[in-house]
Amino acid sequence: MKWLSFHLLRVAKMIKIQREEFNVGDEYQRLRKLSSDDASDNKQSNASSGAIVTFTGLVRDLEKDNRITALHLEHYPGMTEKSLEKIVEEAHSRWPLNAVTIIHRIGEIKVDEQIVFVGTASAHRDAAFASCNFLMDYLKTQAPFWKKAIMPSGEEWIDAKQSDSDAAKRW
Amino acid sequence: MAITILYFARFRETLDCDHEEFSLTDQITTVDALIHALAQRGDHWNKVLNEEKVLIAINQTISDRSDSITDGDEVAFFPPVTGG
Repeated sequence: MKWLSFHLLRVAKMIKIQREEFNVGDEYQRLRKLSSDDASDNKQSNASSGAIVTFTGLVRDLEKDNRITALHLEHYPGMTEKSLEKIVEEAHSRWPLNAVTIIHRIGEIKVDEQIVFVGTASAHRDAAFASCNFLMDYLKTQAPFWKKAIMPSGEEWIDAKQSDSDAAKRW
Repeated sequence: MAITILYFARFRETLDCDHEEFSLTDQITTVDALIHALAQRGDHWNKVLNEEKVLIAINQTISDRSDSITDGDEVAFFPPVTGG
């Protein structure tokens, strides 16, 4: 019954794949507006958002003890958008969400730069925290992106981590 | 009858191919049969497409070797994903 009651209510979503940097402050405000617009427009209204949780992923400087200078992010145009939509719908079937934002960068991204942003808005914090965590675990194991490490010595594709697939299994 | 095949990331580099149009024969009706046909091209192809963790998508949905393919399909082969 749980999946049925959440699924009937819409989740407003913004999913972007882009080369450009994003500003977390701007995206938080956009998400906040998205979730409050949704609550007022939606006749079968969701409860308004009392909680917004955001996550930002950045490029670290070490990969398996090798110092990297940048990552190159490749993706499967068309399928990436589809899979992120699916992942958001999956989250919305498990938790009552009002709005979700996912932004994932592609192309060359330097160390310390931002790669990914996930934001979730819900009536209460349990759903906002849990769904944000879930979205990242699923994104890391299901969305068709691939990272290549760029190092002074050359370039090397990064292997998928067992810890990521284990994390996705716990949901 | 033709399908489009896409190769991504490490596969694309090893096979030196990012996409191709492939003519289906009457015998090639599943991904498994397609892999057998492509593997005939040589060691690289055989090794890459038969890797334990190869991922397959048909029309942008994750599929597996036993799934059917048909004229006009887009089939993609890629390694485990590493986004996020």
